[in-house]
Amino acid sequence: MIAIFVFYLFATLVVLSGFMTIFARNPVHNVLWLILAFFNAAGLFLLLGAEFLAFLLVIVYVGAVAVLFLFVVMMLNIDFAELRAGISRYWAIGGVLAVVLLFETLAALLAWNEGGIQIAGRAPTPANVPNIEALGAILYTRYLFIFEAAGIVLLVAMVGAIVLTSRRRGGLRPQNVSKQNRRRPEEATVNMKPGVGQGVEL
Amino acid sequence: MIGLGHFLAVGAILFVLGVFGIFLNRKNVIVILMAIELILLAVNINLVAFSVFLGDMTGQAFAMFVLTVAAAEAAIGLAILVIYFRNRGTIAVDDINQMKG
Repeated sequence: MIAIFVFYLFATLVVLSGFMTIFARNPVHNVLWLILAFFNAAGLFLLLGAEFLAFLLVIVYVGAVAVLFLFVVMMLNIDFAELRAGISRYWAIGGVLAVVLLFETLAALLAWNEGGIQIAGRAPTPANVPNIEALGAILYTRYLFIFEAAGIVLLVAMVGAIVLTSRRRGGLRPQNVSKQNRRRPEEATVNMKPGVGQGVEL
Repeated sequence: MIGLGHFLAVGAILFVLGVFGIFLNRKNVIVILMAIELILLAVNINLVAFSVFLGDMTGQAFAMFVLTVAAAEAAIGLAILVIYFRNRGTIAVDDINQMKG
Protein backbone atom coordinates (compact mmCIF):
# COMPACT_ATOMS: atom_id res chain seq x y z
CA MET A 1 0.00 0.00 0.00
CA ILE A 2 2.70 2.45 1.00
CA ALA A 3 4.74 1.44 -2.06
CA ILE A 4 1.87 2.51 -4.32
CA PHE A 5 1.56 5.85 -2.54
CA VAL A 6 5.31 6.47 -2.71
CA PHE A 7 5.42 5.53 -6.38
CA TYR A 8 2.68 7.98 -7.27
CA LEU A 9 4.32 10.68 -5.16
CA PHE A 10 7.69 10.27 -6.89
CA ALA A 11 6.15 9.83 -10.34
CA THR A 12 3.99 12.94 -10.02
CA LEU A 13 6.87 15.00 -8.69
CA VAL A 14 9.32 13.85 -11.35
CA VAL A 15 6.86 14.68 -14.13
CA LEU A 16 5.96 18.00 -12.54
CA SER A 17 9.58 19.04 -12.06
CA GLY A 18 10.43 17.91 -15.59
CA PHE A 19 7.59 20.12 -16.78
CA MET A 20 8.86 23.07 -14.77
CA THR A 21 12.45 22.46 -16.00
CA ILE A 22 11.22 23.34 -19.44
CA PHE A 23 8.72 26.06 -18.64
CA ALA A 24 10.29 28.02 -15.78
CA ARG A 25 11.22 31.55 -16.86
CA ASN A 26 14.30 31.98 -14.70
CA PRO A 27 17.20 29.73 -15.81
CA VAL A 28 18.37 29.27 -12.22
CA HIS A 29 14.91 27.92 -11.42
CA ASN A 30 15.24 25.61 -14.44
CA VAL A 31 18.35 24.06 -12.93
CA LEU A 32 16.77 23.75 -9.50
CA TRP A 33 13.72 21.99 -10.95
CA LEU A 34 16.09 19.68 -12.82
CA ILE A 35 17.75 18.83 -9.50
CA LEU A 36 14.33 18.03 -7.99
CA ALA A 37 13.58 15.80 -10.99
CA PHE A 38 16.83 13.90 -10.40
CA PHE A 39 16.05 13.44 -6.71
CA ASN A 40 12.63 12.02 -7.47
CA ALA A 41 14.02 9.75 -10.18
CA ALA A 42 16.48 8.48 -7.58
CA GLY A 43 13.48 7.76 -5.36
CA LEU A 44 11.91 5.76 -8.19
CA PHE A 45 15.14 3.80 -8.56
CA LEU A 46 15.14 3.07 -4.84
CA LEU A 47 11.57 1.84 -5.15
CA LEU A 48 12.69 -0.49 -7.93
CA GLY A 49 15.50 -1.85 -5.79
CA ALA A 50 18.37 -0.36 -7.79
CA GLU A 51 20.05 1.36 -4.85
CA PHE A 52 23.46 1.87 -6.41
CA LEU A 53 22.05 3.70 -9.42
CA ALA A 54 19.87 5.82 -7.14
CA PHE A 55 22.89 6.98 -5.16
CA LEU A 56 24.90 7.40 -8.35
CA LEU A 57 22.14 9.62 -9.70
CA VAL A 58 22.21 11.82 -6.62
CA ILE A 59 26.02 11.98 -6.46
CA VAL A 60 26.81 12.38 -10.15
CA TYR A 61 23.85 14.39 -11.35
CA VAL A 62 22.94 16.53 -8.38
CA GLY A 63 26.49 16.77 -7.07
CA ALA A 64 28.33 17.38 -10.31
CA VAL A 65 26.25 17.96 -13.43
CA ALA A 66 23.53 20.15 -11.96
CA VAL A 67 26.09 22.23 -10.07
CA LEU A 68 28.02 22.62 -13.33
CA PHE A 69 24.84 23.90 -14.98
CA LEU A 70 24.27 26.26 -12.08
CA PHE A 71 27.82 27.59 -12.38
CA VAL A 72 27.48 28.24 -16.10
CA VAL A 73 24.07 29.89 -15.75
CA MET A 74 25.33 32.21 -13.04
CA MET A 75 28.75 32.88 -14.62
CA LEU A 76 27.61 33.93 -18.06
CA ASN A 77 25.87 37.25 -18.32
CA ILE A 78 23.07 36.25 -20.64
CA ASP A 79 19.93 38.16 -21.52
CA PHE A 80 17.44 35.34 -21.06
CA ALA A 81 14.41 37.47 -21.82
CA GLU A 82 15.69 37.91 -25.37
CA LEU A 83 16.20 34.18 -25.74
CA ARG A 84 12.57 33.57 -24.83
CA ALA A 85 11.28 35.97 -27.45
CA GLY A 86 10.10 33.59 -30.16
CA ILE A 87 8.78 30.93 -27.84
CA SER A 88 5.13 31.23 -28.88
CA ARG A 89 6.00 30.37 -32.48
CA TYR A 90 7.20 26.91 -31.52
CA TRP A 91 4.24 26.02 -29.31
CA ALA A 92 2.06 24.56 -32.05
CA ILE A 93 4.54 22.34 -33.88
CA GLY A 94 6.27 21.27 -30.68
CA GLY A 95 2.98 20.46 -28.99
CA VAL A 96 1.72 18.41 -31.94
CA LEU A 97 4.97 16.47 -32.11
CA ALA A 98 4.98 15.87 -28.37
CA VAL A 99 1.39 14.58 -28.33
CA VAL A 100 2.05 12.28 -31.30
CA LEU A 101 5.23 10.96 -29.68
CA LEU A 102 3.46 10.39 -26.36
CA PHE A 103 0.65 8.43 -28.01
CA GLU A 104 3.16 6.37 -29.96
CA THR A 105 5.13 5.40 -26.88
CA LEU A 106 1.96 4.66 -24.89
CA ALA A 107 0.71 2.51 -27.79
CA ALA A 108 3.99 0.62 -27.64
CA LEU A 109 3.29 0.16 -23.93
CA LEU A 110 -0.13 -1.31 -24.66
CA ALA A 111 1.43 -3.65 -27.17
CA TRP A 112 3.84 -4.74 -24.45
CA ASN A 113 0.95 -5.41 -22.08
CA GLU A 114 -0.76 -7.57 -24.69
CA GLY A 115 1.96 -10.15 -24.48
CA GLY A 116 5.50 -9.72 -23.28
CA ILE A 117 8.40 -10.44 -25.57
CA GLN A 118 10.30 -13.48 -24.48
CA ILE A 119 13.92 -12.50 -24.00
CA ALA A 120 16.53 -14.89 -22.81
CA GLY A 121 18.06 -13.47 -19.64
CA ARG A 122 21.63 -12.45 -20.32
CA ALA A 123 22.71 -11.87 -16.75
CA PRO A 124 20.06 -13.13 -14.31
CA THR A 125 19.81 -11.21 -11.06
CA PRO A 126 21.32 -13.40 -8.35
CA ALA A 127 19.08 -14.01 -5.36
CA ASN A 128 20.02 -12.85 -1.85
CA VAL A 129 22.83 -10.63 -3.10
CA PRO A 130 22.85 -6.85 -2.54
CA ASN A 131 22.28 -4.72 -5.58
CA ILE A 132 25.76 -3.17 -5.50
CA GLU A 133 27.41 -6.58 -5.28
CA ALA A 134 25.39 -7.96 -8.18
CA LEU A 135 26.14 -4.91 -10.30
CA GLY A 136 29.83 -5.05 -9.50
CA ALA A 137 29.99 -8.75 -10.28
CA ILE A 138 28.61 -8.18 -13.76
CA LEU A 139 30.43 -4.89 -14.38
CA TYR A 140 33.92 -6.22 -13.71
CA THR A 141 33.50 -9.48 -15.60
CA ARG A 142 31.16 -9.46 -18.54
CA TYR A 143 31.23 -5.72 -19.24
CA LEU A 144 34.83 -5.01 -18.24
CA PHE A 145 35.85 -3.57 -21.61
CA ILE A 146 32.79 -1.36 -21.84
CA PHE A 147 33.52 -0.22 -18.30
CA GLU A 148 37.05 0.80 -19.27
CA ALA A 149 35.73 2.47 -22.41
CA ALA A 150 33.44 4.51 -20.16
CA GLY A 151 36.52 5.54 -18.20
CA ILE A 152 38.25 6.64 -21.40
CA VAL A 153 35.15 8.63 -22.38
CA LEU A 154 35.31 10.45 -19.06
CA LEU A 155 39.05 11.10 -19.43
CA VAL A 156 38.60 12.51 -22.94
CA ALA A 157 35.72 14.67 -21.73
CA MET A 158 37.80 16.01 -18.86
CA VAL A 159 40.83 16.80 -21.04
CA GLY A 160 38.59 18.29 -23.72
CA ALA A 161 36.75 20.55 -21.29
CA ILE A 162 40.03 21.79 -19.80
CA VAL A 163 41.64 22.40 -23.20
CA LEU A 164 38.55 24.18 -24.48
CA THR A 165 38.08 26.55 -21.59
CA SER A 166 41.64 27.33 -20.51
CA ARG A 167 43.05 30.37 -22.19
CA ARG A 168 46.39 32.11 -22.04
CA ARG A 169 45.90 35.74 -21.27
CA GLY A 170 48.53 38.17 -22.52
CA GLY A 171 49.82 41.18 -20.63
CA LEU A 172 50.04 39.44 -17.30
CA ARG A 173 53.23 39.63 -15.21
CA PRO A 174 53.07 36.61 -12.95
CA GLN A 175 55.37 35.98 -10.04
CA ASN A 176 58.66 34.30 -11.05
CA VAL A 177 59.33 32.09 -8.08
CA SER A 178 62.70 30.68 -9.15
CA LYS A 179 64.03 34.17 -9.88
CA GLN A 180 62.93 35.29 -6.45
CA ASN A 181 64.60 32.31 -4.83
CA ARG A 182 67.84 32.96 -6.70
CA ARG A 183 68.21 36.45 -5.27
CA ARG A 184 70.97 36.91 -2.72
CA PRO A 185 71.45 39.77 -0.23
CA GLU A 186 74.58 40.95 -2.07
CA GLU A 187 72.74 41.81 -5.26
CA ALA A 188 69.57 42.96 -3.59
CA THR A 189 70.96 45.54 -1.16
CA VAL A 190 73.63 48.22 -1.52
CA ASN A 191 75.30 50.15 1.25
CA MET A 192 75.44 53.83 0.32
CA LYS A 193 76.27 57.06 2.02
CA PRO A 194 74.39 59.83 0.18
CA GLY A 195 75.44 63.37 0.83
CA VAL A 196 73.00 66.05 1.93
CA GLY A 197 70.91 67.47 -0.96
CA GLN A 198 72.21 65.02 -3.57
CA GLY A 199 69.26 62.70 -3.66
CA VAL A 200 69.53 58.98 -4.19
CA GLU A 201 70.62 56.97 -7.18
CA LEU A 202 68.14 54.26 -8.22
CA MET B 1 0.09 -3.12 -7.63
CA ILE B 2 2.79 -1.12 -9.34
CA GLY B 3 3.95 -2.92 -12.46
CA LEU B 4 6.38 -2.40 -15.27
CA GLY B 5 3.82 -0.36 -17.22
CA HIS B 6 3.70 2.35 -14.57
CA PHE B 7 7.44 2.96 -14.70
CA LEU B 8 7.44 2.85 -18.50
CA ALA B 9 4.66 5.44 -18.54
CA VAL B 10 6.71 7.77 -16.33
CA GLY B 11 9.69 7.26 -18.62
CA ALA B 12 7.60 7.96 -21.70
CA ILE B 13 6.17 11.17 -20.25
CA LEU B 14 9.63 12.40 -19.23
CA PHE B 15 11.04 11.58 -22.66
CA VAL B 16 8.28 13.49 -24.42
CA LEU B 17 8.75 16.42 -22.04
CA GLY B 18 12.44 16.50 -22.98
CA VAL B 19 11.71 16.48 -26.70
CA PHE B 20 9.08 19.18 -26.23
CA GLY B 21 11.57 21.25 -24.27
CA ILE B 22 14.05 21.14 -27.15
CA PHE B 23 11.37 22.40 -29.51
CA LEU B 24 10.11 25.07 -27.16
CA ASN B 25 13.43 26.61 -26.09
CA ARG B 26 15.06 26.56 -29.47
CA LYS B 27 17.18 29.63 -28.79
CA ASN B 28 18.51 28.80 -25.34
CA VAL B 29 21.29 26.22 -25.44
CA ILE B 30 21.37 25.76 -21.67
CA VAL B 31 17.72 24.69 -21.52
CA ILE B 32 18.29 22.44 -24.56
CA LEU B 33 21.12 20.72 -22.67
CA MET B 34 18.85 20.32 -19.65
CA ALA B 35 16.15 18.83 -21.88
CA ILE B 36 18.71 16.32 -23.17
CA GLU B 37 19.49 15.42 -19.56
CA LEU B 38 15.76 14.82 -19.00
CA ILE B 39 15.63 12.54 -22.06
CA LEU B 40 18.60 10.53 -20.80
CA LEU B 41 16.96 10.29 -17.38
CA ALA B 42 13.84 8.87 -19.01
CA VAL B 43 15.98 6.32 -20.84
CA ASN B 44 17.60 5.37 -17.54
CA ILE B 45 14.22 4.88 -15.88
CA ASN B 46 13.20 2.57 -18.73
CA LEU B 47 16.45 0.59 -18.53
CA VAL B 48 16.26 0.12 -14.77
CA ALA B 49 12.55 -0.77 -14.84
CA PHE B 50 13.08 -3.44 -17.49
CA SER B 51 16.18 -4.67 -15.67
CA VAL B 52 14.29 -5.17 -12.42
CA PHE B 53 11.10 -6.64 -13.85
CA LEU B 54 12.91 -9.03 -16.20
CA GLY B 55 15.44 -10.01 -13.52
CA ASP B 56 18.39 -9.12 -15.72
CA MET B 57 21.29 -7.04 -14.37
CA THR B 58 22.41 -5.96 -17.85
CA GLY B 59 19.93 -3.09 -17.85
CA GLN B 60 21.41 -1.54 -14.73
CA ALA B 61 24.96 -1.88 -16.06
CA PHE B 62 23.93 -0.05 -19.21
CA ALA B 63 22.06 2.58 -17.22
CA MET B 64 25.41 3.30 -15.57
CA PHE B 65 27.08 3.71 -18.96
CA VAL B 66 24.29 6.06 -20.07
CA LEU B 67 24.93 8.06 -16.90
CA THR B 68 28.66 8.26 -17.73
CA VAL B 69 28.07 9.46 -21.26
CA ALA B 70 25.48 11.98 -20.05
CA ALA B 71 27.94 13.47 -17.59
CA ALA B 72 30.67 13.70 -20.25
CA GLU B 73 28.23 15.27 -22.69
CA ALA B 74 27.13 17.90 -20.19
CA ALA B 75 30.74 18.82 -19.37
CA ILE B 76 31.78 19.17 -23.03
CA GLY B 77 28.57 20.96 -23.99
CA LEU B 78 28.95 23.52 -21.23
CA ALA B 79 32.64 24.03 -22.06
CA ILE B 80 31.74 24.75 -25.69
CA LEU B 81 29.01 27.07 -24.46
CA VAL B 82 31.45 29.01 -22.28
CA ILE B 83 34.01 29.58 -25.06
CA TYR B 84 31.23 30.44 -27.52
CA PHE B 85 29.90 33.04 -25.12
CA ARG B 86 33.43 34.37 -24.60
CA ASN B 87 33.85 34.85 -28.34
CA ARG B 88 30.42 36.11 -29.34
CA GLY B 89 28.81 37.50 -26.20
CA THR B 90 25.58 35.59 -26.79
CA ILE B 91 24.40 32.00 -26.75
CA ALA B 92 21.44 32.29 -29.14
CA VAL B 93 21.36 29.12 -31.24
CA ASP B 94 20.14 31.02 -34.30
CA ASP B 95 23.41 32.93 -34.52
CA ILE B 96 25.57 29.79 -34.64
CA ASN B 97 26.23 29.75 -38.37
CA GLN B 98 29.91 30.62 -38.61
CA MET B 99 30.77 27.27 -40.17
CA LYS B 100 28.20 27.64 -42.93
CA GLY B 101 29.93 27.51 -46.30
